Amino acid sequence: MIDERAEVAYESSPMPDVPTPTSSIEEITSPSAWRDEDICLTVSDLCLHYGDNEALTNISMQVARQRVTALIGPSGCGKSTLLRCFNRMNDLIDDVRITGKIELNGMEIHDTAVDIAQLRRRVGMVFQRPNPFPKSIYENVAYGLRLQGSMPKSELDDRVEWALKNAALWEEVSDRLNESALDMSGGQQQRLVIARAIAIQPDVLLLDEPASALDPISTLKIEELVHQLKQDYTILIVTHNMQQAARVSDYTGFLYLGKLVEYDTTNIIFTNPTEKQTEDYITGRYG
Amino acid sequence: MATSDAVTQDLSIQRQSLRAWWQSGDPWIWLTSAAVAASVAAVLGLIGLLAVNGLAHFWPSQVMAIEYERFGTKTKIFGELSERESISRRQFMEANPAFEEQVPETVERWLIKTGNRQANPPDFRWLFAHDVIESNVPDDVVVVERTEWGAAYGLLVDIEQDGETVDTRNLWKEFQARIERTAAIRDEIDTLQEDSINGINYELESIRLEKRRRQLDGNREVSDLEAEEEVLRAEYAIIENQVFKLTEQLERDTAGLALADGRVVHIPISAIIQAWMPNSMSMWGKLWLYLKNLWNFLTDDPREANTEGGVYPALFGTVLMVLLMSALVTPFGVIAALYLREYAKQGPLVQLIRIAVNNLAGVPSIVYGVFGLGFFVYFIGGSIDDLFFPEAKPAPTFGTPGLIWASLTLALLTVPVIIVSTEEGLTRIPRAVREGSLALGATKAETIFKVILPMASPSILTGMILAVARAAGEVAPLMLVGVVKLAPTLPIDGNFPYLHLDRKFMHLGFHIYDVGFQSPNVDAARPLVFATALLLVLIIIVLNFTAITLRNRLEARYRVSIN
Repeated sequence: MIDERAEVAYESSPMPDVPTPTSSIEEITSPSAWRDEDICLTVSDLCLHYGDNEALTNISMQVARQRVTALIGPSGCGKSTLLRCFNRMNDLIDDVRITGKIELNGMEIHDTAVDIAQLRRRVGMVFQRPNPFPKSIYENVAYGLRLQGSMPKSELDDRVEWALKNAALWEEVSDRLNESALDMSGGQQQRLVIARAIAIQPDVLLLDEPASALDPISTLKIEELVHQLKQDYTILIVTHNMQQAARVSDYTGFLYLGKLVEYDTTNIIFTNPTEKQTEDYITGRYG
Repeated sequence: MATSDAVTQDLSIQRQSLRAWWQSGDPWIWLTSAAVAASVAAVLGLIGLLAVNGLAHFWPSQVMAIEYERFGTKTKIFGELSERESISRRQFMEANPAFEEQVPETVERWLIKTGNRQANPPDFRWLFAHDVIESNVPDDVVVVERTEWGAAYGLLVDIEQDGETVDTRNLWKEFQARIERTAAIRDEIDTLQEDSINGINYELESIRLEKRRRQLDGNREVSDLEAEEEVLRAEYAIIENQVFKLTEQLERDTAGLALADGRVVHIPISAIIQAWMPNSMSMWGKLWLYLKNLWNFLTDDPREANTEGGVYPALFGTVLMVLLMSALVTPFGVIAALYLREYAKQGPLVQLIRIAVNNLAGVPSIVYGVFGLGFFVYFIGGSIDDLFFPEAKPAPTFGTPGLIWASLTLALLTVPVIIVSTEEGLTRIPRAVREGSLALGATKAETIFKVILPMASPSILTGMILAVARAAGEVAPLMLVGVVKLAPTLPIDGNFPYLHLDRKFMHLGFHIYDVGFQSPNVDAARPLVFATALLLVLIIIVLNFTAITLRNRLEARYRVSIN
């Protein structure tokens, strides 16, 4: 998988190469113990304003490579807004002002030299509701690949198959790739958009409440998928379902009123939080 | 008292039930369905009226021989009964104050199409039923459709070839054979005219312009052109000679037709398009002739100041102009809508522009015609002539009304429709789909072309449907920017560049106006007005139906996800 990623033509991109993390996959060390090569994203003093409203205040955090990091917090706390900062989705909204830094592999993403389309190819995103294009299943997965320029049909076929297999969807759709994606069930659609996101082999995958619109069985499938995907991707997941955060994530950040209240390994956040606010939220006293 | 109480009670129950009926919502359902029924009835009534009035014209109706007396003179005529009506005594007396006899309450009068405009004018006349002495339907009356002077009615008495009477046993068969012969010769002449003479003329004109161009450039060397011209002129002379010979052959035969009053007129067979004997024709024969007449109406050129013949050039011009208009307006409107909805920052200015665009749709169409004449024809067309066609001056090439300017003017007229419906389609596309595309690293332009435009295509087509319906029915602006009563050539022909955007063209809408109101022969033209109107409506229906089918397909394909 890593080999395949190296083949992708990123020559034109100003992005630096991806270092291999030193810690083994099982090891969940405390953020304070991370070395530079373990860190994928670094956020420093990030503030975000919608007009006069401050939505995010002085967020500073680091995200570990090939780990699942969950962002939790009550509705309106800014967790989705923070997530959308990582692929600069907030740029689409008028009147948004962002200060502070976000570095992806040591590269400031707000830098004028950064091509925003290239950034989004490296930082994929899956939304709350499945949003397949009104095209065939095959064309949905191939969409991002075709954007990168033409490639032989056979290679395109291989990559689509690879992405669908990695999104645990291949078994269900291999015989109806040319049917409309809109005829699939909600859970299938959500796995399809995950396949679509990983088809272009990003470094980071942002999941914005990916299971909130799905039934329990589909949710379970998505969670299993997240487990598998973290072997290859750095995953950030926003969820308001605390059990889900506890099940799938390695690290958890708790946001409240636009501030990052606490950020540590999931184990510590859920068993022994330092802050009173975190404990209150985890134990269900508000939120 | 008891009875009156019972009545009151009854009434109150009734009133209550009336109110209950009102509240149940049933009247509302009736009202809404009645509105729909009225609309459907109006549309069907419109098409039905046009069809009945227009299509009956092509039926070979029977010809009567009528003898009538008026002011002491007896007249015999052949004619078709084209209308029958009753007028009141007062109306009759006002028209005929000298009439002395006792007049009944109502007077019946007939409109007879007598034809024979040359020998026995006028070709339509009103008769009072009480003037008619005798009328019957003779079997052997012949109707002759001619290239000029309208139809002729009479009895076929002889056929002359070069002034000598032809001796034949079956006069009618001989007559038909000779009509076919002249038709074949006429076709041959037409082919020579269209394929060769027009082509040579076109080339000669190009050479003339090239000469003039060189003259303007100060280049006196034109010998190569003159040589070319010489060749063309020689070619022309040969073909012209052929045409002369054919024309001579054409003039060989004449047919003698006895009119109702006994006079015999000789009609050159070259002037006859077809002849039939309606009174002795079988039903199938009439049906066949009817379909043939309908077909000729669609495919023939108009004759006799548009009151006879077909409407092919107008049909062609209408469809071509609408297609050209669509090709011009759609990209323009879609691009404008894309800017307004996808790129422009939504604010008071954009809102103002949107209102202005909507208001543009309400500007009277003749105003667009005036604008088109002033801006497109005189300014842009004039500038094009100055820049690219100085050799043709003072005759304008593009600086005169023509197909391209008519299409552009109508495109301008319909662009608000396209903008509005495209914008509606764009707003309906969920933000999630756009974000999905952008999140995969697509640029905004890629998102628009690969996702948004395909999804908005049904709305764009809806806009096109509305635009086509409006443009195809528009007449007023066209009169200023390119439509003429009679265009000598079609805008598409075999001469490079095949599509001649600078040519004037004919249009069904204007044709209706021209035939109906500018015609010297109102009675003859009236059925054609209905038939042409029906054709115009049918064209719009066909164009719309095609677009609607296409739109429904696209809608099924790009329907927005429900999940």
